[in-house]
Amino acid sequence: MRLSTIALPAAGALLAAAALQAQDDRREPVPPRPPVTAREIAQGKRLFAGHCAGCHGPAGRGAQGPNLAAPDLLHAPDAESLFLVIDLGIPGTEMPRGGQLHDSEIWKIAAYVESIGQTEPEPLPGDPAAGKRLYAGKGNCAACHWLDGAGGRQGPELSAIGARRSLAHLRESLTDPAASVSADYLPVTAVLGGRRIRGIRLGEDPFTIQIRDSADALHSLRKADLAALEKHAGESSMPPYGGVFSDAELDDLVSYLASLRRIR
Amino acid sequence: MKLPVSLLLAAAALGAQVSYERILEAEAEPHNWLTYSGNYAAHRHSPLKQIDRGNAAALKALWTYQIDTLHKFETTPLVVDGVMYISEPPSDVTALDARTGRPLWQYKRKLPRDIPVCCGEVNRGAALLGDTVYLGTLDAHLVALDAKSGLVRWDVEVFDYRGAVSITAAPLAVKDKIIVGMAGGEYGVRGFLDAYDAQTGERAWRFWTVPGPGEPGNETWAGDSWRRGAATTWVTGAYDPQLNLVYWGTGNPGPDWNGEVREGDNLYSDSILAIDADSGKRRWHFQFTPHDVHDWDATQVPVLMDGVVRGKRRKLVLFANRNGFYYVIDRETGEFLLGKPYVKQTWAEGLDDHGRPMRLPDTAPTIAGAKVYPSVPGATNWFSPAYSPLDNLFYVNVLEMGHIYHQGEAIYRKGSLYTAGGARMIVDEEPYSEVRAFEAETGKLQWAFPLGERSRSGLLSTAGGLVFGSSAQGAFFALDGSTGKPLWHFQSGGQGVSNPIAFAVDSKQRIAAALGRAVYAFGVEE
Repeated sequence: MRLSTIALPAAGALLAAAALQAQDDRREPVPPRPPVTAREIAQGKRLFAGHCAGCHGPAGRGAQGPNLAAPDLLHAPDAESLFLVIDLGIPGTEMPRGGQLHDSEIWKIAAYVESIGQTEPEPLPGDPAAGKRLYAGKGNCAACHWLDGAGGRQGPELSAIGARRSLAHLRESLTDPAASVSADYLPVTAVLGGRRIRGIRLGEDPFTIQIRDSADALHSLRKADLAALEKHAGESSMPPYGGVFSDAELDDLVSYLASLRRIR
Repeated sequence: MKLPVSLLLAAAALGAQVSYERILEAEAEPHNWLTYSGNYAAHRHSPLKQIDRGNAAALKALWTYQIDTLHKFETTPLVVDGVMYISEPPSDVTALDARTGRPLWQYKRKLPRDIPVCCGEVNRGAALLGDTVYLGTLDAHLVALDAKSGLVRWDVEVFDYRGAVSITAAPLAVKDKIIVGMAGGEYGVRGFLDAYDAQTGERAWRFWTVPGPGEPGNETWAGDSWRRGAATTWVTGAYDPQLNLVYWGTGNPGPDWNGEVREGDNLYSDSILAIDADSGKRRWHFQFTPHDVHDWDATQVPVLMDGVVRGKRRKLVLFANRNGFYYVIDRETGEFLLGKPYVKQTWAEGLDDHGRPMRLPDTAPTIAGAKVYPSVPGATNWFSPAYSPLDNLFYVNVLEMGHIYHQGEAIYRKGSLYTAGGARMIVDEEPYSEVRAFEAETGKLQWAFPLGERSRSGLLSTAGGLVFGSSAQGAFFALDGSTGKPLWHFQSGGQGVSNPIAFAVDSKQRIAAALGRAVYAFGVEE
């Protein structure tokens, strides 16, 4: 079965999760902040190592999650919003709720995050303008990635990727794309009567799966009709670009991607 | 409101008909669902068999009733003689015409704005006795409503909600009493189980699940840590009328993830309690997870059945615990008979002859984090298992998942979270749920049906040989109870965080469940 129009289940699921999350929001205002001391920051650093470093890196300089060693944080322009981001997460993104952190622990983590933000931001390794040309030209990145309202749909949108990923992670995504693939972009192959449909999984329940194939066609499939359903976990639809670009070109492209911070 | 004559007659006949004796003999009137788990033995099994393996594929949604809040909708509906009673979050009750899904009346409670609740403003159902509907509220009151109108007969305070005690569980009506459990285990409360006179609302007894000074068990709490010991009672239990014992599970000790401030076994947290229904006195207890540091509440539904274990026919209680072990316990004596893992677990080498876990080193939360299976939500959770006496199978929705557990600081402030830690996901692991069927007395796996990402659906078994439940993405389904083979599904568009039931109206079997923000009734129409 082929569908001419379909709502995007993955996006829908994210929105639903955000709504679910919002209704569990804290009922109280942000509690008063204790004085920021060296001890608070040191304790915050330990808490950060346990709760945050997995995504933001051991020193908060970013990994899968964005670099927090920056003077301005997009979602946390002030202390209160930083508290709330740690406590409640950021709906619609990979940033989860802090869960059961105590208020005083949240303030300690906030103090540590602020302290690393006072350091100099990581310098861009290359020339963003040159990277932009590579994006459009040699890399042909727009064939698969959406950026500022246009582009391909095979990979994730990049309009705000610089706000969400560290420089190191961006570089790794170019040289070793399979190292980290979002669950929203799991490549799958469905075998239907001798036909192999390969694409990205948009949605799945125990009985059905929805796939956008490499030609952007949308497929609604019943699992009972399939001869096989292969999930290519650990694979990426994107080929490695280490051999395509020189090191200097990679620096330029990473710098361009890091400059993309348009969050609506 | 104009109603068909038959329904009017049925509704008019409501009155004192929902006697204790009727609930005792719930199987004799399978068209009704009179108590949270369907019967006192908590089987969540319907004797109805109009819908069976042969015609399940023809099931259709017949009506939908939508609620107008975004809170999680966890209710188990009750049905008596053509009227369905549901609780709606946060603390409301609606009576529906079970034939059409149209509302008959609604009780809407005005709540204070400052109720501390850890995990959503939810309610899991009401209780029925006589001509009264009983609801536990988020602000920790027990309310008795006239079953024909929803008007308040009485409203009593169970506890001051500002002490972070709330009620989310369906009460259990036993004889002339209403038994009520409470929540608040993430706030350093002291847990209890209460019973109230069904007529007057007067408290008949209170059992403190954390013993006070001078009481046996208090010595299992270092210093005065018992005061904040939690061991809440937030999921409805079961009842054995012959033994006159109420079986009720208790929650985590407080604080959840830092045990250093409460050295000892921390009785009666993470336990099953057998309590005399008349006196409120403890007959026995069995603690699944002594000195828990992973938030593994034993607030699952205890399932009562009789079977042969260790060469002897016994009265048993079956318990699929959040800690990853499946238990079979003698429900007369509390004797541990069997316990074995039913999901991946990495915290215990096994259980000793008394059922006490033999803990492995380095499994307690640390500041850097300790990787342990199962996860905080556990092997299963509050949503109900089901037991089919026909197949002698215990059905449970399990979660295969681990967590990296963190220890935090234990700072108590009244009305604030007192959890002292947390957990984060293990990167590169995709947790998944499954419906699993175990032979009741042995815990031997008979079949499994994969559900994909974490489902929070309870299960229903029916004499038609079916098991009903739902997936995280909203697919409500029927499985063959003997084999696990899928027979039918319906995409509801909303996650079922609730327990299904079966009933009949106009002599036609229906299946009902809260899915997303709506109640659906399904049936087969000729």
